[in-house]
Amino acid sequence: MDTPIVINNLTKKFGDVIAVNNVSLRIEPHTFLTLLGPSGCGKTTLLRCISGLEDPDEGEIYIGDTLIYSHAKGISVPPGQRELGMVFQNYALWPHMTVYKNMTFALEIQKLPKAEMDKRVKESLEEVKMSGYENRYPREMSGGQQQRIALARMLAYRPKVFLMDEPLSNLDARLRMDMRTELKRLHHISDATTVYVTHDQLEAMTMSTNIAVMKEGVIQQMDTPDMIYHYPANLFVADFIGNPKINLLKGWVSSEDVVDLGKFNIPAYTHRKTGDVVAAFRPEDITIHTEPVEGGVEFSAYSVQPSGADTTITYSPGSTGCAVPRFAARRSSRPSTTWVPSGAPGLSLIMSFGTLGDSAAIRVLAKATRGSEAANESAACL
Amino acid sequence: MTVTSIEPKDNKEKWLARLRRFFRWLTSPHVVLSIIMVAVMFYLVIIPLYRMVVTTITVADVDLRAIRGAEVGDFTWYHWVRMLTGKIGKLMTYQPAMHSIVVALGATFLALAVGGLMAWLVCRTDIPGRDTIHMLAQVPYIMPSWTIAMAWLVLFKNQKSGGTMGLLEFITGAPTPDWLAYGPIPIIVSSGLHYYTFFFLFIAAALLSIDSSLEEAGELAGAGRWRIMRKITFPLVIPAIASGFIMTFSKAMGTFGGPNVLGVPVRYYTLSTMLRSNSSIGNYGDAFVTAIVLILFAMVTVMLNQKIVGTRKSYETIGGRGFMSKKTKLRNFKPIIVAIVVIFQFIIAVLPLVLLVYSTFMLRDGKWTLDNFTLAHWIGKGDLSINSGEPGILLNHKVWLGAWNSVRLSILTALFTALFGVVLGYAIVKGRGTWLSKIVEQMSFIPYVIPGIAFGAVYIAMFTKPVGPIPALYGTFALLVVVSVAKHLPFSARSGVSAMMQVSKELEEAAMLAGASPWRRFARIVFPLTSTGFVSGFLLTFITTMRELSLIILLVTPTTAVLASMTMRYIENGNDQQANAVIILLIVLVLIGNFIISRFRGGSLKKGLGL
Repeated sequence: MDTPIVINNLTKKFGDVIAVNNVSLRIEPHTFLTLLGPSGCGKTTLLRCISGLEDPDEGEIYIGDTLIYSHAKGISVPPGQRELGMVFQNYALWPHMTVYKNMTFALEIQKLPKAEMDKRVKESLEEVKMSGYENRYPREMSGGQQQRIALARMLAYRPKVFLMDEPLSNLDARLRMDMRTELKRLHHISDATTVYVTHDQLEAMTMSTNIAVMKEGVIQQMDTPDMIYHYPANLFVADFIGNPKINLLKGWVSSEDVVDLGKFNIPAYTHRKTGDVVAAFRPEDITIHTEPVEGGVEFSAYSVQPSGADTTITYSPGSTGCAVPRFAARRSSRPSTTWVPSGAPGLSLIMSFGTLGDSAAIRVLAKATRGSEAANESAACL
Repeated sequence: MTVTSIEPKDNKEKWLARLRRFFRWLTSPHVVLSIIMVAVMFYLVIIPLYRMVVTTITVADVDLRAIRGAEVGDFTWYHWVRMLTGKIGKLMTYQPAMHSIVVALGATFLALAVGGLMAWLVCRTDIPGRDTIHMLAQVPYIMPSWTIAMAWLVLFKNQKSGGTMGLLEFITGAPTPDWLAYGPIPIIVSSGLHYYTFFFLFIAAALLSIDSSLEEAGELAGAGRWRIMRKITFPLVIPAIASGFIMTFSKAMGTFGGPNVLGVPVRYYTLSTMLRSNSSIGNYGDAFVTAIVLILFAMVTVMLNQKIVGTRKSYETIGGRGFMSKKTKLRNFKPIIVAIVVIFQFIIAVLPLVLLVYSTFMLRDGKWTLDNFTLAHWIGKGDLSINSGEPGILLNHKVWLGAWNSVRLSILTALFTALFGVVLGYAIVKGRGTWLSKIVEQMSFIPYVIPGIAFGAVYIAMFTKPVGPIPALYGTFALLVVVSVAKHLPFSARSGVSAMMQVSKELEEAAMLAGASPWRRFARIVFPLTSTGFVSGFLLTFITTMRELSLIILLVTPTTAVLASMTMRYIENGNDQQANAVIILLIVLVLIGNFIISRFRGGSLKKGLGL
């Protein structure tokens, strides 16, 4: 199924609130695109516009070669004829129907022969590992099982496009991990173009082939998970993606490959000669030493939080002056390594930022990019 | 595939696109249903109101003698001037209005005191037999509102004004004083004791929903029990008290049965009985002025409610945990209080029925001895010496016709109310946030602010002549159905909305994505999931219509009479015992209906009141 989705200049308003603001994007066939953003960013509205459950106020949407929505032409294909399937956050299984009835509801409308319906139900249930549950009612199943049935119901339609609206957010943490694996596998098998909405960046990072980060109805960046993580397009994306959060420190360019942060310098490709910038670097890109090293900076830890696989160390400016705001470093906490975190605040440690050559770990972002609270906090401290 | 945004080439295409968008909007199910409902409600509510106002300012046949040189159909202020000024204004508007207010306020405060106290006893003390008290507290409300009034007569009437003796006069030998037999005090007591169920249920629900930690926090802060009551508990139940107050007050303002039974014999008129007396002599111009005054009173009350309570409503969401809070120990007072409650509940729930039943076994009214026992009122063959020669009610085909009318009126009303509930609920909930949905919701609310008897008057104005395709309905059974359905519109909307809200919108959306047509979505998804709500709405409408009197009293004719209106006719003709027998029959029917309801959903009147 080679079904791209093309959206041109889509706008949706609710009263005075602009939920989706002039969004244009092209979703390639077979991709698993995640719309990621904080609540209220318009990601669900965008998905509902694609599904036809919401009528946009401007723009066009194509699924495959078919124009399914156009404001200018006054066209809006009813949701049922857009050949897409959707999994809802609360599953939306019809409580008064058995699993079998739930799954064949749409097939009956398509007037499929009984044998074909049975076959589809059987296959779809197998795919979600729920064979034998045909005669159960939704309330007789656990949340995780209902989730699988909701998926199976969508699979049985054989839609061209899968739409998923935070399907995992009602599950507990463990089940969510399992279902992530399942969803990724199903996407791989079916190869259908998938649009997935979530506010959970971990879900987005682990499952997607592409992520579109949204804020205030505008797509901030659309790229692969790797690129989003390592090359955030602006401060918002940098700040939103990553846990623990990325370090955003205000500085100024002292030469083409050095950013001066006041107390110390860090190496970075600045692509400019001068000016105020925000340096962004992931906690794991800081190397921590217990012995002085060349280019290392000494700091005392504000808090040390081991989490098993690694340890996050927060640095905070001491009483001596506010040179650099609090920021985090992270390192593996294998017992075999030379340093074991004691957890004591005030522990004196050395950190280094690597060199220009070994990685492009430190990004320089233009200052005063719209809506970066983190950068503004930094500014307050400087 | 590259796609570029296609700009419309010319105006024609732009208009075509606009037309398509409009058509799409127009054909979405909730819009279609909203428009239908707006049309229906416009016809059932707005036009009748308009016609009523017009009637008061138009010269009618009966006015020709009073207004010199006028012709039928001319504009006139005659009725307004007549009804609002001078001696007639005082007699026909201001005095009845004062009486209505006195009676309504008195009944409301009595109901508040009794209901509040009972709610507190049941919810906050260690009184035994909580469930029984709770159940008995609902009995007065289940019965027709004028039941206690009729029982009152049996007990207290005197020979001077009532012709025959009540039980009290029979026992003491001294005539019961008029103030105790008729007039404001009996009306206040009999309707207050009927309406106290509202307060009981509202306040009990509020008390149970207060999170006990709020009171415990007060206790930890060192406040005494009385201070906690005053500063914490009471403010939290104020919204419940206020909404009970408004509901009771506006119902008592418009109530007809009690004032007709206990007020009219001594010429103590309220607005509702005055309205009846004017319309029964065909003076609709005057009657409608009274109806409009009554409606204005009710509207002011509801508006006050929204002004005063509106902002405080927010309290209601605070509680909800429903922890059992600490019970006040009644200690030594327990037996006394229990005795008082038992006796009280017996007096208002059981005694009226006993009195009514007993009175139907007396051959000559007022002679309370056993040798006077007869079954003539029930199965008599018809003897000119009793009841103007009408046979006992069980053999009286008029009574059976009335019973049949009551039942079929209730069934039809309940059916249409449930149907409108589905439609209104869907239209309002699916369109939530749009102006159309707001219009539908607000229009459906209008009948709520119009007292029953005035609403009936509105329908005289509407249907005495044919309107458009609808024939003149006055005097037909259909009109009773129409007026009952219209009066139930607010209930339809409220129960429909709450039933629809229970179904998450995704369930219908999922069916939409599956390609199901609106009709299929309704038949397969929406209706099956909301049907229980509508069935209980149906049953509740059934019993409320059965005991409805104020609404239809102005519209019934001998052939369309229902049991409720027959009790009034018999009592007005002086056949008290026959009236009592008919009301017993009515109560039996209502109790059967109620029994079915409690079978159906665990016997709760609360849900029906939207609690």
